[in-house]
Amino acid sequence: MNTVIFRTAAPYIAALMVIFSIFVLLRGHNEPGGGFIGGLMGASAFAIYGIACGVSSVRRALYLHPMTWSAIGLFLGAAAGVMSVFFGVPFLTGLWAPPEIFGIEVELSSILLFDIGVYLVVLGAITSIALALEEREED
Amino acid sequence: MSTSGDSLTFLALILPFLGAAIAPFLTRALGHNAAWVLALIPLYLFFHFAGFVPEVAAGGVVAGGYPWIPSFGVDFSWYLDGLSLTFALLITGIGTFIVLYAGGYLKGHHHQGRFFSFILMFMGAMQGLVAADSFLMLFVFWELTSITSFLLIGFDHSREASRRAAIQALVVTGLGGLALLAGLLVIWNITGATSLSELLATGDALRGSGLYLPALLLVLGGAFTKSAQFPFHFWLPNAMEAPTPVSAYLHSATMVKAGVYLLMRMNPVMGETVYWETILPIFGGVTLLVGALLAVRQTDLKLMLAYTTVASLGLLVMMTGLGFEHAIEAAVLYLIAHSLFKGAMFMVAGLIDHEAGTRDVTKLGGLRKAMPITFAAALLAAISMGGLPPMFGFLAKEEIYYALGFEGGWMTLFTLVALLGNALMFAVGFAVALKPFLGPEVETPKHAHEGPVLLWLGPLFLALTGIAAALLSSQTHALFSSPMASAVAGEPTTVTIGLIPGIGMALLLSVITVILGIVIYRGLGFTRDRIAGTLAAIGWGPDRGFDQAISGIIRLAVAVTRVIQNGRLDTYVTITFVAIAAGLLIPIIFLDGLPSWPTIPMLPFYEWVIIAIAVIGLGVVVLTADRLTAIVSIGIQGFAVALIFLLMGAPDLAFTQFMVETLSVVILALVMTRLKLTQSDHRPLGEKALDISIAGLCGVGITLVLLSVTQVPFDPTLSEFFATYSYAIAHGRNIVNVILVDFRAMDTLGEIAVVMVAGLAILALVRIRVKRTKETTEARR
Repeated sequence: MNTVIFRTAAPYIAALMVIFSIFVLLRGHNEPGGGFIGGLMGASAFAIYGIACGVSSVRRALYLHPMTWSAIGLFLGAAAGVMSVFFGVPFLTGLWAPPEIFGIEVELSSILLFDIGVYLVVLGAITSIALALEEREED
Repeated sequence: MSTSGDSLTFLALILPFLGAAIAPFLTRALGHNAAWVLALIPLYLFFHFAGFVPEVAAGGVVAGGYPWIPSFGVDFSWYLDGLSLTFALLITGIGTFIVLYAGGYLKGHHHQGRFFSFILMFMGAMQGLVAADSFLMLFVFWELTSITSFLLIGFDHSREASRRAAIQALVVTGLGGLALLAGLLVIWNITGATSLSELLATGDALRGSGLYLPALLLVLGGAFTKSAQFPFHFWLPNAMEAPTPVSAYLHSATMVKAGVYLLMRMNPVMGETVYWETILPIFGGVTLLVGALLAVRQTDLKLMLAYTTVASLGLLVMMTGLGFEHAIEAAVLYLIAHSLFKGAMFMVAGLIDHEAGTRDVTKLGGLRKAMPITFAAALLAAISMGGLPPMFGFLAKEEIYYALGFEGGWMTLFTLVALLGNALMFAVGFAVALKPFLGPEVETPKHAHEGPVLLWLGPLFLALTGIAAALLSSQTHALFSSPMASAVAGEPTTVTIGLIPGIGMALLLSVITVILGIVIYRGLGFTRDRIAGTLAAIGWGPDRGFDQAISGIIRLAVAVTRVIQNGRLDTYVTITFVAIAAGLLIPIIFLDGLPSWPTIPMLPFYEWVIIAIAVIGLGVVVLTADRLTAIVSIGIQGFAVALIFLLMGAPDLAFTQFMVETLSVVILALVMTRLKLTQSDHRPLGEKALDISIAGLCGVGITLVLLSVTQVPFDPTLSEFFATYSYAIAHGRNIVNVILVDFRAMDTLGEIAVVMVAGLAILALVRIRVKRTKETTEARR
């Protein structure tokens, strides 16, 4: 699998896939998409990047251990639920704060935060499994 | 009932736990003198509860509470009648002195703060237990007493004996706690009551139910383990590994009486049946004799007292079980008397140990000059324990004989048991109180002198309370004994016994007890050897039985694990799929009936092509010899299915399916190419046939289930709900995503937690393999 074409193209493909995964995550509320699918896409991106350019460069690119990203995601998901405590509504109730930035309404919400949590959990967990398996390949 | 009184009682119930939180810091700042500050907590509680005495003595009840889980009818509620209130006063009153005593006893111990914390937590648990109204609260506090008792017994955790005793106590009382929980559930099932106050109002409902016996046995399971009834008595003497303040407080005055409390509490609704009046007195009587005989055998002061505690608990259970008016009164009086004198006796034993360096009764003597105050306290407590005037113990014993002596017949047996038990306890009590102090002075490990005020204050005060309560017997009865006896009996009862005994059967029995006690005391060494010899001849006891049971469970677990987890992946997979096939097929064939044959739908040409691709992909998976080909073919089949989803108008599902298929192929390829399996399949034909049939059955099962599901009329309620409200409530047009992150966000939260944990587990498994292969490759080099 270590062809020159693959190795040259992989970083660009992976970068595009990550950007697209974030796009899918953000559009998920109204169009097909969401955190789970976005996370799977991101994980595939890193898996491909790892196969092409080696696990260590993926780890550098991720900056934190993928499991840490996963943990951050779970924390965000739980935090999105706990936020409702401060508004006297049941756990995980959706909270909306749509501010207008440069005249465009941005739909900020605890739901979005929760979806980002889902994205990170899936991304982190799958990536760490894939990377661990790829690392064995290098033994 | 005023609201401020409510919140004050609530505060009283949680105050010990707050105290437990600050105790370590306070001890760091003040050293052992923190005891003076911390003792204010139980003292305050004592006066808080004492404030209810007039109301309760007049026949009233103090109740209150807050809703806790209203949807399940569970409240944080308390119910203080004569029974709970007397218990609460004993717990907080004795607790005050125990805290002070612990201040002196563990002076300079580097974990003294922790000890204070544990003992206050226990106090809170015990107080909550007796004050609790709702069953849930009762159970929670019941278990908390077991757990805090575990912590306290194992306080000296560097010693193995402590650890074993702690675990033993936790296992025995914990199992009893589970029995109690089951019992409470049965009771709730029968009567519908979720609290003691409701239960007490149900009258005969429980007794008349067909489930009365199971409920009774389960409740007894809880009470007998907690109150160390034979054959569960063995954990209590072992619990003497705890520091003496713990023994004095938990294992004589309070916690072990929780079982008796429960029995007394249940007496109005469960008592007066043949079962109750047979089981309780027999177990109580046997416990009384066994405890008293074993007490004589011991030479360690604390163990002697521990076994007499077992005996006393037996006596209490016996009297509670007999259940007629005088028996109840006797149980109530003896319970109060026992808490006072046994608490004092234990503290004396600890004081001797602390000052003289040993608590072996054969190595002590002549301490009366060195420790006069201790001697006075010990003597007073022993007089009460032996049932001599003018102590409260005398009233209790007179009442016992008064209750038993007039019945005749069947009761004669129990009279003899009580007589012998009391005589033995008389002997042991005076052995503890006299032997270390009288006789010639003996060289002790430490040079003995009187202990500090923190240490002798408690025992002396408790012993003096024993006199005061007896001298002012009519007031004591009016304020404590009668309300308590009324609560236990379930009807108004008046205790009348005074210090001037009537000439009659009771007095005669008392005199016989004293004479017999003195005889046993004179021949204590002889009796001790005899009992020791008999026990050695028997050899086996429940204590050893406990060890055997525990090691038996471990061996069973190992054997079961060996069978189920044999480490062969193909066995696991075979069993899993056989179970799946059975789970799918059996209900369809035997319960629901087979679905009808589906009509073949009219599909466009390209959809047939996609289905064909999926089928071909599957065929390749089954037939190919090469693993990589098989993996890729599975992927092709999956993509084809995803395309069908897309065409049928489920873009989200298709989207996810595409990603899942991609990742499955990548990960499967990574795993499979690394497994170093041989290319060809070398299973024998029989095994192949078995695997094929299991796989076929699973496939048929899934197909049948899907067919049945599609043939059930579609209920559109949920779909319509989500379609209507997805944008209106959740501001999202993508219904699937809105369900995932908003309507069913709780499920998703659980799922992502599972994803992460599963990821961690897989990571760990992969890592283990990596390490091993490295080691083996290095070893090979």
